[in-house]
Amino acid sequence: MAAFSSWMKHRARLTLLCALACGAGLRPWLEANPTAGSAAVIQARARTAPARGDSPRRIVSLVPSTTEMLFAIGGGDRVVGVSNYDHFPPEVEKIPRVGGLIDPNVERLLSLRPDLVVVYDTQLELKRQIGRAGIPIYPYTHRNLADITQTMRSLGARVGLKEAADALARQIEQRLAAIGARVARLPRPKTLLVIGRDRGSLRNVDASGGYGFLHNLLETAGGADVLADMQRQSVMMSTEMILTRAPDVIIELHYGASIASANLDAERRVWNAVPSVPAVKSGRVYLLVGDEFVVPGPRIVIAADRFARALHPEAFK
Amino acid sequence: MIVTWSAFGALAVGACLLAPLVGSTTIRLAAVFDRSRPFADNIDAQIFFVARLPRVLSAALVGSGLSVAGVVFQALLRNPLASPDTLGVSAGAALGAILAITFHLDFSLLGVSAVPLASFSGSIGALGIVYALSVVRRRGTSTTVLLLAGVTLTALLGAVVRFVQYVADFTETFQTVRWLMGSLDVAAYAPIGAALVPMTAAFAGFITLPRALDLISVGSESAAARGVNVTQSERVALVSASLATGAAVSLGGPVSFVGIVVPHLVRLITGADHRLVLPASALFGAAFLIGCDLIARTALAPVELPVGIVTAIIGGPFFLWLLFRRG
Repeated sequence: MAAFSSWMKHRARLTLLCALACGAGLRPWLEANPTAGSAAVIQARARTAPARGDSPRRIVSLVPSTTEMLFAIGGGDRVVGVSNYDHFPPEVEKIPRVGGLIDPNVERLLSLRPDLVVVYDTQLELKRQIGRAGIPIYPYTHRNLADITQTMRSLGARVGLKEAADALARQIEQRLAAIGARVARLPRPKTLLVIGRDRGSLRNVDASGGYGFLHNLLETAGGADVLADMQRQSVMMSTEMILTRAPDVIIELHYGASIASANLDAERRVWNAVPSVPAVKSGRVYLLVGDEFVVPGPRIVIAADRFARALHPEAFK
Repeated sequence: MIVTWSAFGALAVGACLLAPLVGSTTIRLAAVFDRSRPFADNIDAQIFFVARLPRVLSAALVGSGLSVAGVVFQALLRNPLASPDTLGVSAGAALGAILAITFHLDFSLLGVSAVPLASFSGSIGALGIVYALSVVRRRGTSTTVLLLAGVTLTALLGAVVRFVQYVADFTETFQTVRWLMGSLDVAAYAPIGAALVPMTAAFAGFITLPRALDLISVGSESAAARGVNVTQSERVALVSASLATGAAVSLGGPVSFVGIVVPHLVRLITGADHRLVLPASALFGAAFLIGCDLIARTALAPVELPVGIVTAIIGGPFFLWLLFRRG
């Protein structure tokens, strides 16, 4: 539990999960969100039994979202290796890195003597190699929002932290449902969710299509995805398509340290090139910065909350 | 000659005029030019002037720049496989763009953003290396040396590109992959204006070249015997073609195949006289890329295909057909 609370402390400003675990951060979240979870959940987590003898003690996680899950359910002290893409919680910076999706370093991985390796289910060669070494695997698959808490539950059960994982999963589902309920009656603005674009111009605009956890989060937060009819995770938007789809709101995601806050205004003004788009006309272009939007892990609640506040500021006064 | 000129001219002008009228949505021309509606509210006008016209113009510029550069490189290197990519200038432009994307370079100059600026700087850097090599190799006159140097430089810069992609976070890597597919959807006129500057300088160089290229492409010794200042002509050719390539790639990304297929297509039609091949390639290259981009943005509408895929898929079989029909 020590690991869990320190995980939480690092992101005191990042609301929910933090708020639930450490008392100091709890109040602002609850005040802002009267529907937020009860103290019972924290109690449940605090009573979680320590791992049994047959539970894995040395886990390597090659998937950033499962790394976050392991830390969030109190298994962070058992994580002995992470991927090159892991940046949260901050403790992972001290953990050895063993490559990523396309370039796992098997030698380095084996040298960590793991007794469980979380891999992408598509890493076939890696699975074969680890299997040959007789090390158990947890294959990670991910399609949409519902899969996230599902993964959390099954991973928790696999590492002997079932109770904490179930509690956290339930908590996340309740929070998402609460956000959904809060905006359910409100008109749903047609929203374009931009996940990538060339800096300083409207080129190579890459948007979330009608499939995947970002699409689900957007719909949960009370937006109508303008690309809902396109069954793919990302869609390359031409300028013509931006003009004809005419979104009422544009949410543009920027990750981690990729943008200085001083430049946010300049980047927002880039959209003035298409003045007939209702979102541009009414000034409803929002640039959200944070890596909770790229990692389908416990922080999706924060992501959903930020979407909802951008889409329906009136519901969060 | 006049007939050929006007035929190619008509093709290019026709493409420029017709292409903006077609797209994934239907627009009404009357509404486009309806002055009584403010531009900010006129969606037809915005589709025409913001979405379509800039990309038709950039397709024309990129298509003609790459095609003429291809003609010049093929003559200069006396190699039918030479293209704007051959001497490493494209690879330099790609490296500049990929660095700007990966390291979030954030500056702009006269409305042109960091990625195209860095890309053009990269092409100039590569040109500097090639030019220095061409000066050094003057002792012997071997185009083979220049060709090998270019291939090596391309491989070297390509490796650096892949290294940067490899160490970058995957959101950036994804953006760089997109850039490398090429896109003409510039959505503004400033980048086109900026690319016109080096492109104009390049075309000023090209105008002086036809006779010299005719002779050099046969052999530099016989060219010198006929009074061509071979060294100077080769340098003008090298610098102009590289400038055109850098301008084109920084504007549209590395659009593949145009620079190698258009020159050969045009030669199959007009013969090898550079007084015809150069302007005809410029005009046909413009029309060809406008056409390919039109297909790219309508074939799977509303989703788009990267134009670099279309150029090879359309241009490849067409070229093969011309080649084997003749033989």
